[in-house]
Amino acid sequence: MSKDIRIKKGLDIKLIGAAEKTTSQSNLSSVYGIMPEDFHGITPKLIAREGVSVKAGEAIFLSKDDERILFPSPVSGKLIEVIRGARRKILAVKIAADGKQEYLDFGKKDASKMSAEEVKNHLFTSGCWPFIKQRPFDVVANPNQTPKAIFISAYASAPLAADLDYTLAGKEFELQTAITAISKLTSGKVHVSVSANSSSPLAKLSGIELHKVSGPHPSGNVGTQIAKINPINKGEVVWVVTPQDLIIIGELLLTGNFNATRIIALTGSRFSKPHYVSAIIGASIADITKNNLVNDNTRIISGNVLSGTQVKEDNFIGYYDNQITAIPEGDDYEFFGWNKPVFDKISTSRAFTFSWLNPNKKYDLTTNTNGEHRAFVVTGSYEQVFPLDIYPMQLLKAFMYKDLDEMEALGGYEVAPEDFALTEFICVSKQPHQKIIREGLDLMRQELG
Amino acid sequence: MSLKQNLHNLKEKYKGTKMAPAFNAIHTFLYMPNDVTRGGTHIKAADDLKRTMNIVIMAMVPCLLFGMFNAGYQHYAAIDASLRDNVLVNFFTFDNFWIGIIKVLPLVIVSYGVGLGVEFIFAIIKGHEVEEGYLVTGMLVPLIVPIDTPLWMLAVAVVFGVVIGKEVFGGTGMNILNPALTIRAFLFFAYPTWMSGDKVWVYDAVNRAVTADAISGETILGSYAQNQEVIYSNFDKFMGFIPGSVGETSTLLILLGAAFLVFTKIGSWRIIVATFLGAAVMGLIFNQVVTANIITDSSKFYGLMSTAWYEHLMIGGLAFGAVFMATDPVTASQTNTGKWIYGFLIGFISIMIRVFNPAYPEGVFLAILLMNVFAPTIDHYVVQGNVKRRLNRAKLKTV
Repeated sequence: MSKDIRIKKGLDIKLIGAAEKTTSQSNLSSVYGIMPEDFHGITPKLIAREGVSVKAGEAIFLSKDDERILFPSPVSGKLIEVIRGARRKILAVKIAADGKQEYLDFGKKDASKMSAEEVKNHLFTSGCWPFIKQRPFDVVANPNQTPKAIFISAYASAPLAADLDYTLAGKEFELQTAITAISKLTSGKVHVSVSANSSSPLAKLSGIELHKVSGPHPSGNVGTQIAKINPINKGEVVWVVTPQDLIIIGELLLTGNFNATRIIALTGSRFSKPHYVSAIIGASIADITKNNLVNDNTRIISGNVLSGTQVKEDNFIGYYDNQITAIPEGDDYEFFGWNKPVFDKISTSRAFTFSWLNPNKKYDLTTNTNGEHRAFVVTGSYEQVFPLDIYPMQLLKAFMYKDLDEMEALGGYEVAPEDFALTEFICVSKQPHQKIIREGLDLMRQELG
Repeated sequence: MSLKQNLHNLKEKYKGTKMAPAFNAIHTFLYMPNDVTRGGTHIKAADDLKRTMNIVIMAMVPCLLFGMFNAGYQHYAAIDASLRDNVLVNFFTFDNFWIGIIKVLPLVIVSYGVGLGVEFIFAIIKGHEVEEGYLVTGMLVPLIVPIDTPLWMLAVAVVFGVVIGKEVFGGTGMNILNPALTIRAFLFFAYPTWMSGDKVWVYDAVNRAVTADAISGETILGSYAQNQEVIYSNFDKFMGFIPGSVGETSTLLILLGAAFLVFTKIGSWRIIVATFLGAAVMGLIFNQVVTANIITDSSKFYGLMSTAWYEHLMIGGLAFGAVFMATDPVTASQTNTGKWIYGFLIGFISIMIRVFNPAYPEGVFLAILLMNVFAPTIDHYVVQGNVKRRLNRAKLKTV
């Protein structure tokens, strides 16, 4: 019997532009980019030089702290450019695809017969280790620790999120293979969460503990599920893998190839035809969104509107993202915007805001901040959208004044920036919650981790 | 060029200068700014602090209008007591409202003018935006002072309250004490003769006191405290046809404001309910003391102790304090559990001070200020409960 998770606190943000369930094949882009910043906390060290030819799966840089962790090229081709920022920080590594997509052969494996050590080493050499992330601190997993459990959320509740039941359909075999392999890395269980009434391909897998999730966003956030199933205590580690990355791991084990193809949802009101495309990690935004995007004062986001990254057309899709969102920029003034009745924006209050009248209406929200940054004033509102057993405002304040004892005591080990996306969305004082949490976690990791 | 474009150009011109906060305060009053999200969530909910504060102000407007009528009504009723025989006819008259205009409106103007002036000066000196906190404080202040408060006194108190009560802590959101109550407390302790007694609650009562037609403008609390007969019915008390601070008299309109605040999810219903509950409990305890004959009617506490508990909720500033002052989110408890404790103690202590301090029988503002100081302590213990739960969870694991 599955252990069900039902949450009440939260908020479903309903936006215009959900992806229609058709998938088109995007052509192979000419240039792909890998951005080391996608791997938070990793200091990259280049191992491939500009001008060399690489195969798909061949490492192009590694982690300075643990040289076993490799970062592969998603395509075969030539490394053409390393873009550097201030203090020679690597911002992106560009690879020109040769169009042939030749794979480096890592050899077929029988997952059920591999030992934990073999699985680990195979993930290192094939460049699949970065798919495994850890909590606390929300960074690429530290391979020297053993997690008490592994969590996989196959339910995405974020605004306009890709429907995982659709994008994972037919991949049972790959998913099962990957889960068989990674389950050897933990002393505990592999927890898989699916939405309450779904036909998820993950629901029938063996070697997992299944949880049916219901309730508003952030019920699909893996952080919420961890908190409800097996919360993290001081000194404990759990690992987290997304199901779309499991497919890549599964295919690697089955075929020996690092095939970083995934189905990406194009969502938001600025797509003329929101739907799914199949593309390779690191593809350029322009290629994926070609002939579809209304790029007139548009905010393009790799990821969802709450936790995604702002990108331009000549940037690349983020390493972990399976969604691109395009919404209108809101860089205009609004006459008496602070006191007139509001019908076209979402609010959790009823302060002459009327989204409560019609909870199923879909909105076309812009990027306007709807007000200026202020000190924390209002209390009790975050709690309505925050399902964890944590005092959100107290934790945020502890993270701001950087009292490590308090950060630890109030639940700092249990949170990731995305857990504070909804509180940031509704924040009357327009405080940057996710940034505060990210910086606090980095400090904790440095001082305590 | 349109106004919008002109203002935008001016904003760019002032950017980075000393005057930018002052200009932005006026600009953002007219237009919600064109800021877009950078990092973090790409979309934001519709509410900002201006909208939140505006809702609180709107909730107080009925009390202000009623207070303006009541200013005239109490004045004329003091001269001609027969007006009280038919209050519904004699209340909403233009003559009454005119007294309100000449007496109450200046209080509002001075409160806002001086308070916002101080805010602007601080914003310019410290280089931060002008924050909205004073929009509510500025409205609260005229509603909680006696009608005959001299304007210069109010101005001095507002400067004190805004500077010492708020700005020294870092402005809106950082203060420990409610600024409006800090202003009230300053007035009370600096000019006690103007803030209590039987001459200040009704317009012109001071001048009349020396003449033949001297009629006491005593508040109900004052009468009870002196064990005098009270001439007002419960209906008068609930509707607010009684002397008192400008905006605090009408329990009905205050409850309407409370309903509005709770419905819009701006005010904390927990604090409001808990405050009334605390006051009712303390009132009931005192009633029981009287019923049990522990004190007799010769006691100086008899008048207020024997006041029925529900009457305590209608008279004085209790309702106004519970709805508009105790709920200030910055100075109240921040945790939901803490709000219950905080509110209950405010109500409880208010009635206690009211009964045991006959010299000045209004204890609400002192009770709220006291609990403002203790709110962080309450929160601390509530949050420690969460911390302990987390530690226990870890301990169970290791066992």
